[in-house]
Amino acid sequence: MIDRKQAWAALARHITDEIVVATYSSATDWMAIADRPLNYFAFGAMGLASSHALGLALARPDKRVIVLDGDGSLLMNLGTLVTIGAVAPKNFTHIVGHNGSYEANGGHPIPNRQTDFAGIARSSGIAKAQRINQLADFVRAIPGLLKDEGPLFVDLVIEQGELGPRSYKDMYSRARREAFRQALQAG
Amino acid sequence: MQANTPQAPLQGAHIIAAVKQAGVKHILSVPDLHTSNGLLKPIAQDQELTLIRTCKEDETLGIAAGLSYGNKRALILVQWTGFLYAMNAIRAMACDQSMPMCMMIGLLGKEPDVPSRQSARFGVRVVEPILDVMGIAYHRISVDADAELIAPAIEQAYAQSKPIAFLIERRPVHA
Repeated sequence: MIDRKQAWAALARHITDEIVVATYSSATDWMAIADRPLNYFAFGAMGLASSHALGLALARPDKRVIVLDGDGSLLMNLGTLVTIGAVAPKNFTHIVGHNGSYEANGGHPIPNRQTDFAGIARSSGIAKAQRINQLADFVRAIPGLLKDEGPLFVDLVIEQGELGPRSYKDMYSRARREAFRQALQAG
Repeated sequence: MQANTPQAPLQGAHIIAAVKQAGVKHILSVPDLHTSNGLLKPIAQDQELTLIRTCKEDETLGIAAGLSYGNKRALILVQWTGFLYAMNAIRAMACDQSMPMCMMIGLLGKEPDVPSRQSARFGVRVVEPILDVMGIAYHRISVDADAELIAPAIEQAYAQSKPIAFLIERRPVHA
């Protein structure tokens, strides 16, 4: 299994001008590692990160959009995979941290920890879907995840993290949203 | 556009033209029998519009939000049941973040000559009060002349970053 912080740190070393859409624990860890204007924190309704990202990918086909999702979040919007599979945005990379837990909601287990998210993604029309459970394999995959034709999907098997301090107020602040909008318009 | 009587058919073409006039390119929708023939089917064939079919209605709020950050306008086309289903996403995007969520809501089952607030259907009856509580402005679309309200309202929604709802009170027809 993979430490999410190590995975995001590895990803951050390759990130340049991509849009990163992150949610809940994935967002908390990402913000601590790579706090940048082109981060978009999916707000409010749990599970919609990939839907926000799909809108961004359609609006900006010139930019790679990377979703840092969670398994609990994805389960709240599983139909999104079918929608993404149908729309098939070429600039779309969806990485799901799979720790079998609603980590941000107290660490309770998801209904079925053995869920094959990559299998669901493939059968939803996202052909390039894979399961990765070793950090070294993820590190090797990162360059392709940033440039290969999408949609791409990764079921990233991670350890359950700690429910550390987090400030959603800051994460979802108007200032951050405005900074994102300006960064997007600038390039 | 020509005003007509409440008994005359509501032309879907007028509604679609108004949506296009407002610069909307993306239609995000879960099918609704009420708007199926008059709106969704012609939209699906319209080369100037991109129809994104979603599995559930709350997806449409996320997609519309993402599109708006890229300066792309979208119309959410759902039934009142979907509006109710997506309430938490509407709360988040339309209310808490005051994003320009433009929602066209089919009032399936609304009686033709009865105000929706007096409908015998509970779900139809509560749509307007819910919008009031949430502070979301809305227009009732019942006759062809009402379609003229659509483009300015969408323009205003994006200019002011505020949500707007259009309640399709009668079943639109496709000529």
